Amino acid sequence: MSLFDIFNVAGSAMNAQAQRLNVVASNLANADSAVSANGGPYRAKQVVFNATPVGGDAAMGVNVAAVIDDPSPMKMVYDPKNPLADEKGYTTMPNVNVVEEMVNMISASRSYQTNVEMMNTTKTLLLKTLTLGQ
Amino acid sequence: MNSLNDMLQFHQQALNVRGYRQQLLASNMANADTPNFKARDVDFNSALQGALARTSDTPETRNAGVLATTAPQHLSVVAGREVTPAGAALLYRSQMQGSVDGNTVDMDTERAQFADNAIHYETNLTLLNHQIKTMMAAIQG
Repeated sequence: MSLFDIFNVAGSAMNAQAQRLNVVASNLANADSAVSANGGPYRAKQVVFNATPVGGDAAMGVNVAAVIDDPSPMKMVYDPKNPLADEKGYTTMPNVNVVEEMVNMISASRSYQTNVEMMNTTKTLLLKTLTLGQ
Repeated sequence: MNSLNDMLQFHQQALNVRGYRQQLLASNMANADTPNFKARDVDFNSALQGALARTSDTPETRNAGVLATTAPQHLSVVAGREVTPAGAALLYRSQMQGSVDGNTVDMDTERAQFADNAIHYETNLTLLNHQIKTMMAAIQG
């Protein structure tokens, strides 16, 4: 029954969007972390979405293929009194673009909502199908 | 028995095609943020015609020239083009506004089609219910 596959499709998309939201939260929280676990400043993370077949014939779900380090250059901030500053007085700060992350957050939450609505519609249809002939 | 079957056949096939289309539209919406994803859809009219034509076929003619698919990753190919299980061509949606990441999902179109398809599915269910009620009335008197 193809309608049941929609739950897999929407479920996988919700998982992927939730992971994207998680990454956004991590990036925003660490927007000013000059030192991270590897010693250097925090590097922004980005998720890579990939369409993947789930269940039946045409059902294409979403999975997170990879969480990559943002390749954009680090922010250089002139702050000579910072103990991490180099000899010219510049401190390397994370390459988190706060505006971009906020946009990402809104986009992810809207996509999540759409998938929830999709699931609700499908549930209504399936429940109606169950009452067929009664 | 056969006439009962024939009577319910149309709506049964219509529901199947509607269900299949709903799944396609759901996949499109789920992949609204996936780079290089191409939105897909079927022409409902030709899909239903195909589904109705196939119900009169024998299993031999139905599967003639069709490659067996044993995994969901396999493409279903008949004479070089992808087809749905119902026998209609699986088409790509023409683009309204291009995006840099190669994604062709237009959320407005998809949501409108999703709602439209859901309403049509329910309509089919209602009509099928009425048919069943009519038959029950005829049987019980």
